[in-house]
Amino acid sequence: MDAIKTVDASTEEELEQAFQEKIDAETKIEPRDWMPAGYRKTLIRQMSQHAHSEVVGMLPEGNWLTRAPSLKRKAILMAKIQDEGGHGLYLYSATETLGISRDEMYEQLHSGKAKYSSIFNYPTLNWADIGAIGWLVDGAAITNQIALCRCSYGPYARAMVKVCKEESFHQRQGYEIMMVMAQGTPEQKAMAQDAINRWWWPSLMMFGPHDADSNRTTQSMTWKIKRTSNDELRQRFVDATVPQAQYLGLDVPDDKLAWNEDKKSYDWGEIDWDEFRDVVAGNGLCNRERLQTRRDAHDGGKWVRDAALAYATKQKKRAAERAA
Amino acid sequence: MTNSDTSAEFPLYEVFIRSKNGLHHKHVGSLHAADGEMALTNARDVYTRRSEGVSIWVVKASDMVSSNPDDRGAFYDPNDDKMYRHPTFYNIPDEVGHM
Repeated sequence: MDAIKTVDASTEEELEQAFQEKIDAETKIEPRDWMPAGYRKTLIRQMSQHAHSEVVGMLPEGNWLTRAPSLKRKAILMAKIQDEGGHGLYLYSATETLGISRDEMYEQLHSGKAKYSSIFNYPTLNWADIGAIGWLVDGAAITNQIALCRCSYGPYARAMVKVCKEESFHQRQGYEIMMVMAQGTPEQKAMAQDAINRWWWPSLMMFGPHDADSNRTTQSMTWKIKRTSNDELRQRFVDATVPQAQYLGLDVPDDKLAWNEDKKSYDWGEIDWDEFRDVVAGNGLCNRERLQTRRDAHDGGKWVRDAALAYATKQKKRAAERAA
Repeated sequence: MTNSDTSAEFPLYEVFIRSKNGLHHKHVGSLHAADGEMALTNARDVYTRRSEGVSIWVVKASDMVSSNPDDRGAFYDPNDDKMYRHPTFYNIPDEVGHM
C-alpha cells in the first residue's frame, strides 16, 4: 500500500515538473492535457468570475437603454450590451473545458458564492456615466485583457483575443460620449466631470490589490495564467488615460497626480482600500440589486428555455414519425 | 467534479466558422442549445456579429471523437521513423537545380 502511494507521489511530481517545463517553454495548455489540480481550480475561479463580470456588466448599462439621448446612441448601447453577453458566453464556454458545468457556474453566481468585478456594484446616475464606463471601465478591462491574451491556458487566451478585438469599439464609443459632453453646455460638461469623479477610483480598483497584498499573484505568474502584475497594469492604465482626460479638459479626481519625468510615468495618490474591501464584501451601493436582477432574469427566462426544449423534442418526434 | 444535476442542461455544440470562401472552417467556441437548428441561429448571433463568417457548422460535442493527449507519443510514433516521407531525405546534386 505504502509502495503504491510512493509511486503515485513521484508520478504526480514528475507530471508537475513536465507541466512547468511546458509552461516555461511557452507551450499552451489545452483542455485535455494533464494539469495540476491547483492550476485547474485557479483558472475555473478566475475565468468564471470573468464571465460573471461580463454578464453582470450588462446591468448598469441596461438602465440607460431606454434613456439614451438619441436613436443612434440607443443602437450603439444595445450593440455594446450584446457584445458583453457574447463575451460572457465565450468565457463560460472556455471555462466549461475545465470540467465545470454551466449550471454550476450560474448557481455559484446566483447564490453569491462566486464574485464578479466590483465595479458593477456602482450605480449609473447620469448619461455621462455610460461614457465613463466605456472609456474608463472598458479601458481598464482592455488593459487587463490584453495581458491575458498571452495566458498559458489555450481556450482562455483565445477567448481574450476575440474579446479584445470587440472591446476596442466599447472604449471608443465611451470616449466619444465624453467628448460630446465635455464640449457641450456647462451643464453637460459638469455631468461629464461628475462621472469621472465617481468612476476614476473604482476603475483603478479593478486591477485588484497591490502586488504585495495579492497572495495569489506569485503562483499565477509562475503558471503564466497572469503575465503582468496588478500594479504594473494599473500604472499602464493611468499613464494611458490621464492624457485622454486632459484632452477632454476634465480633471482627474486625484490631487497627488503628477507627471514624474524620471520614470516617464505618473505618480498618483492611494486607493481607498476600505471602500474596495467593503464593495467586494457585498456592501456596495448596488450589490443586492444586481444579484437580484440577475436571478430574476434567469428565472424569468425559464419559460423560454422550456419552450425551446419542448419544440426541439417535438421536432425530433415528428422526424422520427416521418422516418417510420 | 460536478455535483449539480447537469442532465437538465441543453447539449453542448462546438461551433466552426468559414470566414470566407477558400478557407477551412475553424473552431471558434461552443454554446448550449436545445437542438441543432437553434444552435446554428445562436452561433450566428454570437459568433458572427461583425461579418466573421460565410458558413457555420455546429456539431454536438458528444458526437465528436477525439484523440487522447496522454497517448501523444504512442498514437503518432508509427510515423516518427519514416523520414523517407520528407523531401530532405533525398540527396539531389546541386547541378540538377531546383526540384
